[in-house]
Amino acid sequence: MSKQIGIEVSIACAEAAGLCDVDVVAAYPITPQTHIVEHLSEMVADGHLDAEFVPVESEHSAMSACIGSSAAGARTFTSTCSQGYALMSELCYIAASLRLPIVMAVANRALSAPINIWNDHADLMYARDTGWIQIIAENGQEVVDLTIQAFRMGEDPNVSFPVQVNLDGFTLSHMIEPLTIPDKADVDKYLPPYRPKLRLDPANPVTFGAVGMPDIYTEARKAQDEAFKNSLPYIEKAWDEFGKQFGRYYKPVETYKTEGAETIIISMGSISQTAMTAVDMMRAEGKKVGLTRIRLFRPFPAEALFAAIKGAKNVIVLDRVTSFAGGHVSGPVALEVKSILYDRKHHPKLRNFLVGLGGRDVTDQNFMEMVDQVAASKDDGVPVAYEFINVRE
Amino acid sequence: MAKETGFMSWKKLNFGIAITNPGNAAELKTGDWRSMRPETNKEKCTKCAQCYIYCPDMVYSKDAEGYYIQNYYYCKGCGICAHECPVDAITMIQEVD
Ligand code: SF4
Ligand code: SF4
Repeated sequence: MSKQIGIEVSIACAEAAGLCDVDVVAAYPITPQTHIVEHLSEMVADGHLDAEFVPVESEHSAMSACIGSSAAGARTFTSTCSQGYALMSELCYIAASLRLPIVMAVANRALSAPINIWNDHADLMYARDTGWIQIIAENGQEVVDLTIQAFRMGEDPNVSFPVQVNLDGFTLSHMIEPLTIPDKADVDKYLPPYRPKLRLDPANPVTFGAVGMPDIYTEARKAQDEAFKNSLPYIEKAWDEFGKQFGRYYKPVETYKTEGAETIIISMGSISQTAMTAVDMMRAEGKKVGLTRIRLFRPFPAEALFAAIKGAKNVIVLDRVTSFAGGHVSGPVALEVKSILYDRKHHPKLRNFLVGLGGRDVTDQNFMEMVDQVAASKDDGVPVAYEFINVRE
Repeated sequence: MAKETGFMSWKKLNFGIAITNPGNAAELKTGDWRSMRPETNKEKCTKCAQCYIYCPDMVYSKDAEGYYIQNYYYCKGCGICAHECPVDAITMIQEVD
């Protein structure tokens, strides 16, 4: 029987990894991810989890250890964020290219400078080209569910890629919520043991991560790109089967009141919950506003996103990162949206807002202002790449 | 033995670009990077094997008389052997063509 308990989301994330019988956890603490790693280390020390906990000296070493253990066939978990992610990022590319289904919870946090331990999506976007699957939670329950699903989708032999479970730092990681923790037997039923196609095995020696010279590098990248592209249906399958078994359904793109919406907001992560409240308030005023939430950022669900927004006259895309592209192109989420609209020759009025940077609140009022601003704005052919919201002049 | 390597379709690559036939570096031709070629003067050579030990690409092997001879399929012309030879028996010669 699953049980519902009041629990901090970070602790629940660690418990979820424990329910998946992880073999190895190699991690280095960094705010606001610390409680996840601390709790896993306690679980191992107290004998509640039969796993190897490797207290490494840096995030670079954390991912190095994870690559080694995953390559040896061990189910491997780690967690980091922000500067810690930046330090380990070199290895993250390698984990993906070697097709190692490591699961990593990222308690999303801003990147320095200024030093800022609060939430935005700088680390999520830092990771977007590494070849990891990136899934994004909106609330504590989703953190639990996505952590379990991450092992299932990553380890599917048709996928075999590492998975980042993104949860907003503090706004999710440090919340105490009533959460349903699945029963171990149910998780065992959902998640078969990890059976890698290839692993480091003295009886059958293989080499992972050899040099690839110009005569093979392009082919290696093409093979990885195809495999990543083809992983989408299996990611969806992991979600469908979770839904059937646990009654909580997930999709690459999720919509809220988009039926007949003239304006659709596109968001990711926990601010989507505020956005839903704002949508309810605007709908009550008779404004035709809906919300589309991107749950899967990599591989990018272009078809599903297009289907979700194609009826809208106005599209508002939220980015929670500054990408310093020089001011004349949009933020990373808006770039993806524009790219799929361009390809389909469908051009709603689109505005890109930079919100919630370094822990700045995004309120229901902010959403209403954005919607009104876009509705009132003239599409006069002068490009507006993006605008900061909530910035003091 | 050694053959030209590297040209294959992306569809034929191993999962995770792993190498499943260990030791296949022996097939990799590193001898086509070379601009200088080491040649050994047997009059000077004392058969000490320093060239064999220091060569990063396993170019040297011992012949019947105990001299260390080069397999130019692998020699990339780095000059380490010539530098290390204690009696200066190895000279780096400019490759032409
Ligand atoms: S030049 Fe370099 S590669 Fe060639 S034989 Fe000497 S040490 Fe080996
Ligand atoms: S290092 Fe010089 S002396 Fe020694 S075996 Fe090689 S060529 Fe001969």
